[in-house]
Amino acid sequence: MSAHATTYVPKSALAKWFEARLPIVGLVHSSFIAFPVPRNLNYFWTFGAILIVMLASQIVTGVWLAMHYQPSATEAFNSVEHIMRDVNYGWLLRYMHANGASMFFIAVYVHMFRNLYYGSYKAPREVLYILGVIIYLLMMATAFLGYTLPWGQMSFWGATVITNILAAIPVVGDTIQSLLWGGYSVGNPTINRFFSLHYLLPFMIAGVVVLHVWALHVTGQNNPAGIPIKSGKDAVPFTPYATIKDVFAVVVFFAFFAYWIFLQPNYLGHADNYIPANPGVTPAHIVPEWYFLPFYAILRAVPDKLGGVVLMFGAVIILALAPWLDTSRVRSANYRPIYRQFFWVFIFCCFLLGWLGSKPPEGGYVLASRIATFYYFAHFLIVMPVVGLFETPKPLPGSILESVTGPGKQVSGSGIPAGAAAAPQTKG
Amino acid sequence: MIRARAVVAAIAAAILSGTAALSAEGGTLPHREKWSFSGVFGTFDQAQLQRGFQVYREVCSSCHGMNLVRFRNLAEPGGPGFSVGQVKALAAEYKVKDGPNDAGDMFERPGRPADKIPSPFPNDQAAAAANGGKAPPDLSLMAKARTFARGGLWFITDWLPFVGYTEQGPDYIHALLNGYEDPPKDFTVPPGGHYNVYYPGHIIAMPKPISDGQVTYAKGPDGKPVVPETVDQYSRDITAFLMWTAEPHMLARKELGLRAIIFLLVLAGLLYYVKKKIWSDVGGETHGLQPELHKTS
Repeated sequence: MSAHATTYVPKSALAKWFEARLPIVGLVHSSFIAFPVPRNLNYFWTFGAILIVMLASQIVTGVWLAMHYQPSATEAFNSVEHIMRDVNYGWLLRYMHANGASMFFIAVYVHMFRNLYYGSYKAPREVLYILGVIIYLLMMATAFLGYTLPWGQMSFWGATVITNILAAIPVVGDTIQSLLWGGYSVGNPTINRFFSLHYLLPFMIAGVVVLHVWALHVTGQNNPAGIPIKSGKDAVPFTPYATIKDVFAVVVFFAFFAYWIFLQPNYLGHADNYIPANPGVTPAHIVPEWYFLPFYAILRAVPDKLGGVVLMFGAVIILALAPWLDTSRVRSANYRPIYRQFFWVFIFCCFLLGWLGSKPPEGGYVLASRIATFYYFAHFLIVMPVVGLFETPKPLPGSILESVTGPGKQVSGSGIPAGAAAAPQTKG
Repeated sequence: MIRARAVVAAIAAAILSGTAALSAEGGTLPHREKWSFSGVFGTFDQAQLQRGFQVYREVCSSCHGMNLVRFRNLAEPGGPGFSVGQVKALAAEYKVKDGPNDAGDMFERPGRPADKIPSPFPNDQAAAAANGGKAPPDLSLMAKARTFARGGLWFITDWLPFVGYTEQGPDYIHALLNGYEDPPKDFTVPPGGHYNVYYPGHIIAMPKPISDGQVTYAKGPDGKPVVPETVDQYSRDITAFLMWTAEPHMLARKELGLRAIIFLLVLAGLLYYVKKKIWSDVGGETHGLQPELHKTS
């Protein structure tokens, strides 16, 4: 951030004194007020702001819930019901927190699909993008840990299944498993350490979010045209333009969020989790929360336990390799006629995997899971490298301004000439 | 492009037909009932909750606990609407174990509104021992802890207001209480089991819990019961009561929710015009002018 020259000019003597010692006001000014934003961003670009607000919402409701929650195998379930029944607005806090996790994942999936469609992962934003993948991994860990805390049947058996999966890791698997369990099965020590970690990880997420925003403000935002800002006419200052747009989008998202909290608070959960955890009774179907279903389908698609674990984690790790797997230098799929079609097949494949993850692992579901798993990886390992080599992109607009107002009104003369990117690209 | 769409359509058709076949073999699904508490504007019917409590007290409570509900809850807003005096008198009818006292002894005293509704058995082991090895489950959360899969792709629309369907739990409880029938000829029911159409696997440990006329409801002014004294009506009343015990703040939640959503929508509407005004000097909705985006969608 120090690399940023700021246009902030302190006015009062106190502000000058302070700025000379800690230039934080200038930092905020250059990051959230004067920061140039491409003028052609669509509403898919508001999900970053939505995600920051969701993280804040989860941390605030979570801190309040922790004041009433008891992390203990005997008390956890009843303490959650105590929150629901006897704590003032406890039901609101808990439903906000539980549904907030789902909203967080809806927002992050939109954010990720937007990234993949508009090629935001490509140079120079690789580090920004990998930080995003790290945030996603931390979110998954946090959500899994949080789901075990009410200590219902699905909490308990979900924790049992996932910790057993980790035991399949060669050499260190058993050690990891007993460290997580704190004993020889999921029990009281497990819920204690899961609660501790569930409280820790969101602050790690917040830390990586700071890095993510920092990296964003070094490279600048990508945009639907996928071309960089070339002149002042391509951009608008963050405040008031992006600020008001983000605030509007956050409020619309919260209206949607409110519907789930107040009118459909249990739809995204499982009925089984209102049954207290019972190590002696296994639920008929152990299924994770909806946001993990695609990975659950991948895990079960592989007949070998270790192979399933490798592919499940590989499905996330492979995201981080996208900047180097994609051979096209054209970012936005709007200008990539072939890749764009593969993109929508990939989206369909992700939804299909999610649906298959909710089904029992038998018959045609297993076969379909295997095909969809193969396609998921093929998208990254085959489609991304190969399409970039053979596809002829559409001509890129000369500037962001031109992409908005149409050709002929080009003001900026800098940058690559239009048509230069129209030839097949190889990774260079 | 056209070929890709055809492939997608073929896969979608395969899934749809597959789910239709699967849900068909799942057996009889509980019938969808009308509930006063369902939907965005749904509320509890106080008289029904009071009748439901009566059924719980006279029938269910001989085996099933209600561990998360306290007597005082029965007088709280949004519930059955008993008066504080009624609840005090009701609680006093129960004996509650308390202690130890200053002498170190446990003692029994009359119940108070702050007490939990006492369970029929001192612990789960005693409950299991008295009921053929399996403790009857606590009923406090039953309406949220039971459900059934509708099959198909209904989950895509079931969450929507007005057209959705999320009362699978109550429908299952109602169906189960009405689902005691003679088993089919080729079906052997093991000793200690009972045949129920809606119970998963059809063999349920609980015998038929209630029969027509078993509970005498309060009479109306004409000397006749206000509602029929039938298993169907009893099961509707107990189900509504169990929905309330599972979700005692449902009314407050929906009321606050409607206000919150209306507030957020109005605020969003105002912000939209503020946003438009601010952006008007850079050419308005910029992305709308991009020809590329519109060709594809």
